[in-house]
Amino acid sequence: MRENVVIRTVSRLSIPFIQLFSLYVIVHGASGAGGGFQGGVVFAASFILMLIAFGLSGIRGRISEKGTMVLAATGVFIYAGIGLLCILFSGNYLAYAAIESALGIPHLHGLLIDLVEAGIGITVMAVMTSIILDFADKEGNIRD
Amino acid sequence: MNAVIAQLPVLILVVPIVGALLILLAGKVNRNFSYPVTLATISFQFAASLILLSAVMTGGTIHYYLGGWPPPMGIELVLDAFNSFVLVVILAMALLTAVWARQGAALDIPPEKTVPFFVVFQLLVTGLCGMTITGDIFNLYVFVEITSIAAYVLVASGRGARSLIAGFNYLVLGSIAAGFIVLGIGYLYVATGTLNMGELAAMLPASYGLATVHAAFLFLMIGFSIKVAFFPLHLWLPDAYTESPAVVTILIATATSKVTAYAMIRVIFSVFTPQYITESFPVTEVILIIAAIAIIAGAVLAIAQDNLKRMLAYSSISQMGYIMFAIGIANQIALEGGLLHIMAHAVMKGCLFMVAGMIIYRTGITGIHQMSGLSRTMPLTCAAFALAGASMIGIPPTIGFMSKYYLVLGAVEAGQYLAAAVLLIGSLLAAVYIWRVIEIMYFGDHHEGALHSGPEAPLSMLVPVLILAASCLLLGLFVDIPLEIIGPAVTLLLGGS
Repeated sequence: MRENVVIRTVSRLSIPFIQLFSLYVIVHGASGAGGGFQGGVVFAASFILMLIAFGLSGIRGRISEKGTMVLAATGVFIYAGIGLLCILFSGNYLAYAAIESALGIPHLHGLLIDLVEAGIGITVMAVMTSIILDFADKEGNIRD
Repeated sequence: MNAVIAQLPVLILVVPIVGALLILLAGKVNRNFSYPVTLATISFQFAASLILLSAVMTGGTIHYYLGGWPPPMGIELVLDAFNSFVLVVILAMALLTAVWARQGAALDIPPEKTVPFFVVFQLLVTGLCGMTITGDIFNLYVFVEITSIAAYVLVASGRGARSLIAGFNYLVLGSIAAGFIVLGIGYLYVATGTLNMGELAAMLPASYGLATVHAAFLFLMIGFSIKVAFFPLHLWLPDAYTESPAVVTILIATATSKVTAYAMIRVIFSVFTPQYITESFPVTEVILIIAAIAIIAGAVLAIAQDNLKRMLAYSSISQMGYIMFAIGIANQIALEGGLLHIMAHAVMKGCLFMVAGMIIYRTGITGIHQMSGLSRTMPLTCAAFALAGASMIGIPPTIGFMSKYYLVLGAVEAGQYLAAAVLLIGSLLAAVYIWRVIEIMYFGDHHEGALHSGPEAPLSMLVPVLILAASCLLLGLFVDIPLEIIGPAVTLLLGGS
């Protein structure tokens, strides 16, 4: 596989676009179809492609077991944190309107939804990547 | 203060999820930090559940709309007399298990795995809380999955290969069950167009004649029957309880099985109605017959076992039969007995499994025949076993007697004399399998050296066991206190106000 120039070139070209598309899907989640879960899976797909095209040695330094773990936790913290922020502004959990009306900024709820979706996306991306790493990395090469 | 209480229904779910991640991060810093965080989170949940129970008892049912969206648009959390009671019971059990786990976890969990173990332990408890308080049937399914996946991992986390096999069997059967449940939910959605339990209860009676609704009911029943290990579908349970780590056995035998039974009762009585199972689609007779078979068969199989944990596992199958029996009778008194038995069985089976774990911890013995004269080296542990065992048999004035007494009263009131007789036979069989252990522990010959006699188990394991053993007695003596909560809960289930 490593000698195959076509696969490596095409992957190198398409990975940035896949990642860009996944960000689009995540940001689009506030107002239409899409969202954190789908976007996160697409983002993870770019890493999976990278893993397949370049092998474990090719992704060393870019993705690590510890990194995915921290990212997975971060995503959940973002989600839970924004939910709890709504409670601090005396709304129900995830009631964005409470923050919006308290701060008086119009359309703030859209931004908050995007943040929540980003949190979901980060977690999904990290967990998907870590599952694939567990399958691929039998010798524990890129574990901490 | 009231503003905080108003947010507690969601905090009891969100705080432990964040807590589970904190356990992970704290464990990365130092392995020993993960346990205190677990204990703190579960203590918070238990305290919150007590506050919620008292709020429900004084102020009536609590509805919490996530994101401020009322149903049918949004997801709601509902706390009424029934589920706030179950919530307190399972969180009390989870807290005692967590205390027990301080030293008990080391028995089966290698030190390098303790951090992930407590993370998954915490997620299991969180999933159970979610299953208990959600008011949305699809949300219920999601929490069933969270709970089950955590449980598969925990069962498989023991040291031996057998624990992996038990975990895998549980995974396969549990996934089939989850498939049935989600299919049933799908049919309900097709029939009504809503997933909120309250809305479903209001809209379903119009379609009680539809085959879709019958199919949904059957799928849900089969799915939950596998999850609670209702008799012919119990095959995953004995291995899962026997081979999994001692801590995990305690938690899934008390909290998980009780919450699943709760979910089943909730679906039967609050999504469908008592009228549905007695008139539109009469299944109570069938449930009663299978429950009777479960009570007898579980007990007979328990008598045949030599491994203490396996014996207790079969006894669980028999005891779940008692809870299903209450559904089969479906009158006020029998259901009060059934709900009381949810609590009673959690308390006594928790105590018995803890004792089994402590015996392994101190002596490494699993076989009942090897426990000869154990009461001389572990007197308090064996006393706790005897007390909880007495409750399991149903000797007055223990809590086990009270719950069975109400079940028998309910059966007699419904004119089911044969069924009442089955309950008594079940108790006699329980006396056989429990007494056998007590006899060997207390009156067996003491082989010096045969038990490499450790002293009594450590205090952190002994305290939860003694609390549970004392509860078996005290809850039986002061049975009015739980009945004050259970009475309104049953009235609610049977559709009264």
